[in-house]
Formats: sequence, structure tokens, C-alpha cells
Amino acid sequence: MSATLPDKESVLAKMAEHPAVAAINSAIPESFTDARWDRDELTLTIAREAIVAAARAVQRAGYNFLEDVTAVDWFPAIPRFQISYHIVSHSLKERIRLRVLIDEAEASLDTIIPVWPAANYYEREVFDLFGVRFDGHPNLRRIMMPEDWEGHPLRKDYPVEGYR
Amino acid sequence: MTDVAGTPILEAPIAEGSADQTMVLNMGPQHPSTHGVLRLVLEIDGEIVVRLYPEIGYLHTGIEKTCEAKFYQQVVPLTDRIDYLSPMHNNLCYCLAVEKLLELPIPDKAQWIRVLLSELTRLNSHLVWLGTHAMDIGALTVFLYTFREREDILRIFEDVSGQRMMTSYFRIGGLAMEPPLDFFDRVAAFIKTFPEKIDEYANLLTGNPIFVNRLQNVGMLSAEDAIALGVTGPPMRASGVDFDLRRDMPYSSYEKFEFKVPTSQRCDVWGRYLVRLEEMRESVKIIQQALDGMPDGPVKADAPKIVLPDREKMKTQMESLIHHFKIVTEGFAVPAGEVYQGIESSRGQMGYYVVSDGTAKPYRVHMRNPSFASLQALETMCRGRMLADVVAVIGSIDVVLGEIDR
Repeated sequence: MSATLPDKESVLAKMAEHPAVAAINSAIPESFTDARWDRDELTLTIAREAIVAAARAVQRAGYNFLEDVTAVDWFPAIPRFQISYHIVSHSLKERIRLRVLIDEAEASLDTIIPVWPAANYYEREVFDLFGVRFDGHPNLRRIMMPEDWEGHPLRKDYPVEGYR
Repeated sequence: MTDVAGTPILEAPIAEGSADQTMVLNMGPQHPSTHGVLRLVLEIDGEIVVRLYPEIGYLHTGIEKTCEAKFYQQVVPLTDRIDYLSPMHNNLCYCLAVEKLLELPIPDKAQWIRVLLSELTRLNSHLVWLGTHAMDIGALTVFLYTFREREDILRIFEDVSGQRMMTSYFRIGGLAMEPPLDFFDRVAAFIKTFPEKIDEYANLLTGNPIFVNRLQNVGMLSAEDAIALGVTGPPMRASGVDFDLRRDMPYSSYEKFEFKVPTSQRCDVWGRYLVRLEEMRESVKIIQQALDGMPDGPVKADAPKIVLPDREKMKTQMESLIHHFKIVTEGFAVPAGEVYQGIESSRGQMGYYVVSDGTAKPYRVHMRNPSFASLQALETMCRGRMLADVVAVIGSIDVVLGEIDR
């Protein structure tokens, strides 16, 4: 299947029996805000409050390995930050992307360390470089930049050249 | 951010109530066994590791930020610098990601040469790992042997790309140029003798009682912990998890090759040694298949607006000259979207997450590097063990600080 499915309705119509779609749709139907199938990749957008529940749901559905957590800054769009989680299933041999959109005013969401401890460094990295906070993280400190650094370098309003 | 500034670096790692019996030891960033600038803050009780806290970021150069200011094709040389032991894997992963965004088909010959060179890169990286790992343990001889073979591989890289380490040979849409005429013969000559060399290393190490005792039952990591902590590649497979992206989610025509994925149930440093040694033998088989079945045809995709024209054409044909000028000065627009491309690098699952907003510069490039995640498992593997075992464990996860810090 290579055609693009642009929104939740079309994804639900064509791939409702897909394990990840089914798991999210049955576990947290009201927090499942958007979906997209593009270039053979499935993206499921989850409301900010429901990320831990979503992570548990896909983990139960066989997506057992958290590969990556990162962020995209869509400045000046609102909501500004997109947090992307890439999760692989060893049994289904497939990868999905969970996506959470959050605004700058409330740039925080729950940590998924209880589900996958591997998220620890990745969330620290997102915090360090984007300034997004992860509530409940045991050691939310800068990881790449010096401890006394000001600003978050991967934000789009942070200059590429020059000193701050 | 006030909440991160000013926290004394050693404050957090100390376990509460144990400060009077234990001491804090700094290992690195200039320690010879940390392979670069890894700094470990260790809390030790006598010689037993109570806690371990990796402090990273000393090599952070902001490559992800730099990528956002470059054209898509200008990012390729940056990817070499992330993991200096497996540059071709980084080139490959980035190019595959952008090609996925462009939905650009790549000619078979280019794909097969990519596979061939990826496996040579794996050999190159594993040779450096084996030499330095053995040297950390105290077996100095092996280092000289592995670097002898590594030199042959680097000469092949120089032959094909003009560079020994920062190759930048894979480009968006294929390869930089046709490989030189003697390339396949050189590779064939190399892999003809290489399996004997692996036997030679095994002779030096596998039966060596000092090496065996330093490695066996050290750095235990269960399969559950490996998955929970994001460990991939040989350390994961040495914990009994049978998963390899080359076989299970194939890319760049890996599905056309036959090879075994070595695994081990030992869960220790010794298991990782055995898995990597076996992986080298499998890589030789893949290279042999690539040489035997090398398809004919072009090494660049037929996409004049994306792929630079051949030098000759550029000098003689007006059309090609215009395309060349446009690509170099303006880049090429990539359709909006986001892709994640994962490949199996020497150290585990590498991934490039590329987001495009429809312009000629990537909106966001993120690299998922295997060493970064594997480092999180260091404490699990070292806790309660002797300080000297930390050296063996660091060697066994094969850290490259360039890709951790980026």
C-alpha cells in the first residue's frame, strides 16, 4: 500500500485492523486526534495528556522497542512543538510514529520512562535542545550543552551562527 | 533555564546515606579506555561499582542544527563526521531517508555497491573495535593485526571515493561516481584472504585464558533489559534477541542477500565478542554475493534535477550545465513530509529522521545513534561489579563518542 492516507477518517477506513491503529483507537479513542499514512509510514497523533496511555497501548499491541524520541519546532506555528516517538515491533517487523503536538505556553508532557526506560536520554536531549519539559522524569538535566548554557539551540528562533 | 544551571555535577549520582563508605571517582574524559571523551562518574565501594553516571556532550558540535542551514546534498559530508568509524552507514542512512522523501528509485547497481561498501564499513568498524577492545583487556598484539587489515579496507575506500575516512561516497540518488576499474578486483582479493585473518584473531583471543576470564560472565544484560534500555546491534543479539534490520526490515536490496544473523544467549561481554566475530564472517559472505551478482547499469538515478550530471556531460552539454548550476546554487526542493529511515550500522540500529517543509533545505534532521542508547545500559551492566570490568563493558558496547554527542 503506497497511496497517501491524509487524515484519521481515511486511515480508520482503510487500516482499522492495523494493530497499532486498533490498539490506540480502542484504548484512547477520544485522545486519538489524527493519523496519517505517508511514504509507507504510519503516524498517529495523540493528545498531550494521553501519551503514556498510548505508549502502553502500542506496547501491548506488540510494538516492544522504543527506537527514538525527538522533537520538531514548527515556530511560529501554533502549536509550536511536535514530539515524535518511533517505535519498532520485533514480531511485526514494523515501525510506527506517535506524535504529540504541544504549545510553547505549556511546553511539557508526561515522561514515558515508566513504559520504556530507554526514553531517559532522549527526553533529556529534547529538554536540552528544545526546552520541552517531561513531567516525572527522574533526572531532567542538560545532556549535550554545558549545565549553565542559556537557551535551547535547536529552537528555530535560536541562530545557527553567532554567539546566542 | 535556572532549574538546570548550578547543579553540582557530582551531587546527583551519590546514593543517599552511603557517602561515608563510598568514594566518587572520575573516569575520563581523558581515560584511554573511554575511546574518546566519555566521562564516567563512578561511585565505588572499595573496588565495587555502586553507581555509574555517564557524562556526555564533550564532542557536541550541533550537527543537527548545522543540517538545517544546508542544502540537502550539502548534509552528506556532515554525516561522515558523526560516526568516524562507519561513515558509509551514515551516508547510506541519510541518503535513503531523503530518497524516501523524494520517492526516487535507485538503480540496482548503485544499491548493490552500497551494500558491498556498507559491509566493508562494518568490517572496518569491527576491526577497530576488536583491536582496541583487546588492547583495553591487555592483549596488545591483536591491535597491530587488525589495523593491518583495516589499512587494506581504508585503501579500498580511498580508491573508490578519494578519501580514507570521510568518504561521502553515497549521494542522494546513487553514488558519487562509477567505482574505478580495479575496484571489484581489489575487494575480491581482500575478502579472499580475510576469513583466514579472522581465524588468526580468534586464535589469539578465543583460547587466551586471560582474555576469556576477563570477558566471561562480565557485564550481564538480560534480553528484557536490552529492549527496555534501547540497546541494539551486537549487544542486543548477544542477549538473545534475534533482530537485525538488514534481514527483518530490509533496505537497499538487502532482501536479495543470504546471510545468517549471529546471536548468543550468553548475555555477557564474551557473547558480544563472539557475535561480532561471527558478524565479520557473515559480512564477507555478503560482499562475496555482491561481487558475484553485481548487476550492470548506471550508478545514479535518472533525475537530472536532483543528481549532479557527469563531469564530461556538464562540460559539453548546455542542459547538463544548467542543471549542475541550479543544483549547486539553489539545491533541489524536496516534497513536504517526514520520514524515518532505519539501518543496521556496525553498532546497532541507526536511524535518520528527516522532516521537509518543501524547500531545498531540510527542516529538521535527527539522528538516532546506537551508541547513545546503549550507553544507558552501562550502569545496569556494571553495577555490583569490579571497577576493572567497566573497561571491558565499555569496549563491548563499542562506543563512538562522535555519534553519541553529534
